[in-house]
Amino acid sequence: MKWTELVVFVVLFGVVTVLGFVAARWQRGESLDHLDEWGLGGRKFGSWITWFLIGGDLYTAYTFVAVPALMFSSGAVGFYALPYTVVLYPLAFMPLLRIWSVSRAKGYVTPADFVRGRYGSSVLALLVAITGIVATMPYIALQLVGLEAVLRTLGLNGSGVVGHLPLLVAFVILAVYTYQSGLRAPALIAFVKDILVYLVIIVAVVYLPSKLGGWSAVFHAADAKFTATASPADGVLLNGNNQLQYATLALGSALALFLYPHSITGVLASRGRTVIKRNMSALPAYSLLLGLLALLGFVAIAAGTKPLINNATGNPDTNTIIPNLFAGQFPSWFAGIAFAAIGIGALVPAAIMSIAAANLWTRNIYKEYFRRNATPKDEARQAKLASLVVKFGAVAFVLFIDPQFSIDLQLIGGVLILQTLPAVVIALYTRWLHIWGLVAGWVVGMGWGLTMLYGIKSADGKRAHFGASALKLGDLSVFGWHPLAGSTVQIYVGIVALGANLVIAVAVSSIARGLRAFNGLDETNPADYHVDETPAATPVAAR
Amino acid sequence: MTHAPGRSGIRWSNWNLLLLIPLVLLVTPIFNRTDPRLFGMPFFYWFQFAGVVPGVLVTSIVYLKTRGAPTTPAPGDEPGVDTLDEGVAR
Repeated sequence: MKWTELVVFVVLFGVVTVLGFVAARWQRGESLDHLDEWGLGGRKFGSWITWFLIGGDLYTAYTFVAVPALMFSSGAVGFYALPYTVVLYPLAFMPLLRIWSVSRAKGYVTPADFVRGRYGSSVLALLVAITGIVATMPYIALQLVGLEAVLRTLGLNGSGVVGHLPLLVAFVILAVYTYQSGLRAPALIAFVKDILVYLVIIVAVVYLPSKLGGWSAVFHAADAKFTATASPADGVLLNGNNQLQYATLALGSALALFLYPHSITGVLASRGRTVIKRNMSALPAYSLLLGLLALLGFVAIAAGTKPLINNATGNPDTNTIIPNLFAGQFPSWFAGIAFAAIGIGALVPAAIMSIAAANLWTRNIYKEYFRRNATPKDEARQAKLASLVVKFGAVAFVLFIDPQFSIDLQLIGGVLILQTLPAVVIALYTRWLHIWGLVAGWVVGMGWGLTMLYGIKSADGKRAHFGASALKLGDLSVFGWHPLAGSTVQIYVGIVALGANLVIAVAVSSIARGLRAFNGLDETNPADYHVDETPAATPVAAR
Repeated sequence: MTHAPGRSGIRWSNWNLLLLIPLVLLVTPIFNRTDPRLFGMPFFYWFQFAGVVPGVLVTSIVYLKTRGAPTTPAPGDEPGVDTLDEGVAR
């Protein structure tokens, strides 16, 4: 047991818990019994809060724990996280403004609400909502894996179900204050999270390489490790086979990110278009940190860090690489702060994700299919309960699967959520794609994407299915026909599935339009996509 | 610079094209090499770090250049609604 670290961790965790409960009173509206208040913080967050909230969405246990772990084991491929976040904001810039405006004009809370309004189709909205919920669950589970990696490194590495108890305690606390305070809780905690994370990363990237002989020594050690392995797939540079995968993984992740319901929640909660534009310009500053964080995987190689054996599974858990690096290289008290940064860094997105999934359930499934005349108060109560269910669903994931596997689940989630791009993003610009086309595209993209993922073996050969998200072009099969047989070049499955989705969506839409099939009713009008806050509403003092 | 909304409600500004520049980071053959190194980092790594700068620049330029675009006022937006971070200048 690492007592100093544990005490620092528990104290910081306690501070955040108090903040989580206090948040309910922070700038509150008339009542939290309304979904706009509980689930979107009253739609009045300004530039700073939005920065922390969207930053909290993006920079999660996945980026703190899983990406450096990938660098540690595979090398250059893991660095895709940097180009991913660089291309993300320019790509998302304009669509996000449109979805904010139309949501503000029509009172939409979720992306599925928008699809419902744009096409008047509850079937299409249901597909988008279910995809959102299913894709978010493994993402929440991944946050728990990150938190648990920290707890186990702290010495709370028990075996069996008892070993998961500390995680459960942390999660019950999170669940209760999210229930109580809604989106205001993660928004307020995100401040603390970011301060801790910045502090830890800046110290880590300055102190650790200098302690280990500078960046040259770090890259030299990484190069030596990858040269020594038998696998040709790793290395400090990309090779002929994984360059396409690198680019498509970065692009696919960027396209997927703002389709996730939790990222859209962060955007919709902002006050106006200016807030979003400013954030799209400023958020890439996080990318620098992300790249440096990824390089900590190489620092861990240079420091000779070994992954901890997870006593629940009996296997070494590479997710513990970064916590273990901190434990080995930092003085105890600072390691405690670093652990708290990772732990709290996992809680913020987990809270936002569960709120977003709860919004989807309430608006697009409960209200649509179970209780059409639900009042705003009913909606808020339903969403609060749903947020609990979603969280404990994610805990169940962690209890029954090997943490190594959860990273792959997250990549599968990315493949799934990408299939909603035509219905959400393209529909922001045009209704040319027909409902039939969108549904057919979704079915094909989803079906083919999952089929491809099912056929991919893991690199270590331990699992025959769902082993990774990189597909060899030679294995690309269209009903048994291999157009690129023999090629060993790899590509991200999500992009292939999205391509198929788009082709089918366009083809079926052409047919449906030719047949003049009914394409639903559009309740939005062109001006709705340019709605903004009333300028007079902003600086009260200036009026 | 900004055109009036057409029937489709899409407004276009040529400044938006700048947003395509960061996509260069997806063309890996340009930078998948070791030399020249900077601070001991292979070219592959520091080139992509440097790519963050144009990323910030293009979104900032597009933000500034499209700021004057006319917008539709939000329905039911009452003036004087309490705003959360007033410290930020418009």
